[in-house]
This record gives sequence, C-alpha cells and structure tokens, in this order.
Amino acid sequence: MSLAQRVLKGDARAAARLISMAEDGDPAARSEMESLYPHTGRSYIVGVTGPPGSGKSTLVDRLTERLRLERKKVGIIAVDPSSPFTGGAILADRIRMQRHGTDEGVFIRSMASRGQLGGLSYGTYDAVQVLDAFGCEIILLETVGVGQDEVDIVRTADSVLVLAVPGLGDSVQVLKAGILEIADILVVGKADLEGADQVERDLRGLQEIKGGEPQEWLLPVLKVEGLSGVGVAELLRAIEEHKEYMSRSREGEARKRQRLEAHLERLLAETLMGQALEILRRSGKWDDAVARLGRRECAPHKLVEELAGHVLSSPSSR
Amino acid sequence: MTARIIRVLIAKAGLDGHDRGAKVVARALRDAGMEVIYTGLHQTPEQVVAAATQEDADAIGLSVLSGAHRYLFSRIRELLKARGMDDVLLFGGGIIPREDVSFLQEIGVRGIFTPGATTGEIVDFVRREVGTRRRESP
Repeated sequence: MSLAQRVLKGDARAAARLISMAEDGDPAARSEMESLYPHTGRSYIVGVTGPPGSGKSTLVDRLTERLRLERKKVGIIAVDPSSPFTGGAILADRIRMQRHGTDEGVFIRSMASRGQLGGLSYGTYDAVQVLDAFGCEIILLETVGVGQDEVDIVRTADSVLVLAVPGLGDSVQVLKAGILEIADILVVGKADLEGADQVERDLRGLQEIKGGEPQEWLLPVLKVEGLSGVGVAELLRAIEEHKEYMSRSREGEARKRQRLEAHLERLLAETLMGQALEILRRSGKWDDAVARLGRRECAPHKLVEELAGHVLSSPSSR
Repeated sequence: MTARIIRVLIAKAGLDGHDRGAKVVARALRDAGMEVIYTGLHQTPEQVVAAATQEDADAIGLSVLSGAHRYLFSRIRELLKARGMDDVLLFGGGIIPREDVSFLQEIGVRGIFTPGATTGEIVDFVRREVGTRRRESP
C-alpha cells in the first residue's frame, strides 16, 4: 500500500513519514502528495500567531481540549525557528500539549522554520495537506514567535488569531502596519496579568480605525487566560462565527482565491527560477554575467534583462 | 532542500524532574544541525512513543536519573516493536549502574551515556547510527 493510501486510512506513522519526506524535498513525496490532493480541502485551518512567549502553544492546547469535548479530530502543526548558523533546532511546543499526545484524535507535529522568515516553513503547506487528508476536521497552525512583519500565516489559514500580551509596548505599537492587520480575531493572552485591560482597550481602538468602508466583520477582541482556560469557549465561538462569515461573504471567496493564487505563484516562481538558472549556467551566460557585473561593465538591471531574454528565447524553455 | 535532517526526540520519562542533562544533550544535537523535539518532563512511555510516531523521529534519547531505567527502556522498546518501529534508534543516559548496562544493551538500547560522556561522543553516535539505519532502510 502506498503512503498516500495509508494516510487516507488514518495511519499516523504514514502521515508522519510523508510530512518529513515533503519537508526534506524528497522527490518520492511528490506523487504521494498528488494522489492525496483530491482528498483535501475539508479541514478548517486556524492560524495562531503572536510574539515569542505570548502563550501560543498553551492557547493551542486549550483550544484542543475544547475541540476534543466535541469529538473533533484535531491536527496541530507547530513551527519553531531553525538556527541560522547550524540549521539545527529545538522544537519544544509539544511540552505545552503533551496531555493530548496519546489521544488518537489528536496529531501533533513540530516543524522547524528551515530558513523561512515568514513565520512558517516550506513544508508547512504540505503538512497541512497531509493532515487534511488524514481526516483532521480542524488544523491548528502555530507560527514561530513573530515580531511585526511575519504574515505568511494569512496565506495558509482560514481564520487567523493574533495574540497580544501585556507588557510589550505602548498603544503606538498597535498602530503599526503588519501583524495586527492580518488578524481575524485578536486575542489578549495572559489576561490575568496586570495591563491586560489596557491592551484590550488599545486593540479595540483598531476596530474603529480599520478600513474606510463599513466592515462586515467587526474584528473581535477577546481576553483569554491560558493557564485557567477562562475565555477559551468564547474564543471558539468567535472562530465558529468567523468560519460562518467566511463561507458566505465575498471576502471569504476572495481570500480563498488569493490563497490559491499565492500558492501557485510561489511554486511557479520556484520552478521557473530553477529552470532559468540551469539554462544560464549550462550556457555559461551566468558566469559571464557575474564577471561583467564585477567589472562594472553592465548595471544589474540591464544585465537581468539580457539574462531573462536569453532564457525566454532558449529552445529548452519552450 | 533535499538534505534529510536528522530528527531526534529527547524525553524525560517517569517521576524524574532533573532535566539539566537532557537539555545539554538537546543543545549539542541542535548545534550539530539536528532538529530536536524536546517533550518536557514526566512523560509516560506511551507518550514518548506517540510523540516519536507523530514527529517521525529517527532516534529517541531518554534521560533517566530516577533508577527506573530498566522498566522505562524495556517498555519503550516493547511499544516501538508493537508499532513496527524497530528501526527507531533508542539511546539514553543518566545514572545507570554498570551491571544494568548489559541488560539495556540486550533489549536493544544502542547507546548508553553515563556521567563523563562528552556531547561530542553523543553527536557522533547519533550521526553514525542514524546514517547506517537510513542506508539499510531508506
């Protein structure tokens, strides 16, 4: 039986193996992923993002606890950073979720970012597909701890939760572009700590600022205490409401399309780039261009025009 | 993107709250370019094996300072076998009396590192053993 078939039958080991193969860029993963594709698109994907130490893993653990009461099969993908120097990583998000470790209805996978800077890794998309085909009704996707600009999650998740916690700066931080703009639901984590009310007020201010036209989806701001679980039920309800909104609104439609386009665009760019470099290297044009650039004979933009022209007129690119 | 990165699960099982050694080993493996899944304290053998399954770990490193090493390693070995995961490398370290080392080796614990072992030895061991296993069953 192929790995893909075993994944469809609910074999956890096969799912785990296929995720590794896809993330390692193993060529054998490709045909397996292709045969899984028709069986995907059923999971609802919830992204969880926020600064390091803001309680993302704990929140994922709490959400899982609730979802399991409803007997939903849950997939968790948790991304932690790879070392930029050695490529190694310590993946420790499981620590907060271990009580679900032996629950057959929960599949937890830790992934390293492997040089990607957007908060996810190259393999994340494939891992989502595998868990989708594996039968997870909901997939919780936790990013690396992010700062202000790591917004890849919005291109993968159906609903994005952004966690904010007290003590990380004043209300001007809230005005900045980036991470807060991608939120579908804003969560004030560690709401038992001093300063949580202020964070909540600052974030509520965002609701009024956001967009010129009246918004159909009023960005909810919810307080959650990860340690005790207070507020988690309300958060889950907000996710349900957002899911419902996405399924009937034009925004939901548009987001779906944008996501498909972004994914296709990325793959196309990778493929074209690989082919272009191969053509240029094989013909010697590449080394030649680098040398000319070094001698200041030709400006980079001009040179790239030439190189692109060469690639497009090359017989092997047709 | 085609290199296979070694994934190692580092676990503390049972009633043993002393994880300094486990963390040192985790860091050494990380610095050697491996992905280390650290699961935290007080794991049951069932949790360790479930995590190794989901994480597709090449190796499990168990740190035991409580004296329960005979039971914990045996149980994990048994669970791995039952799941058809004999190919996962099992190694460990901690306070393990010399007379128990041969027992652990017999049940299939491939490397036992007691106080005095260097992190370099452990890194080399994991690289070598995982490398052999991958050549045998790619």
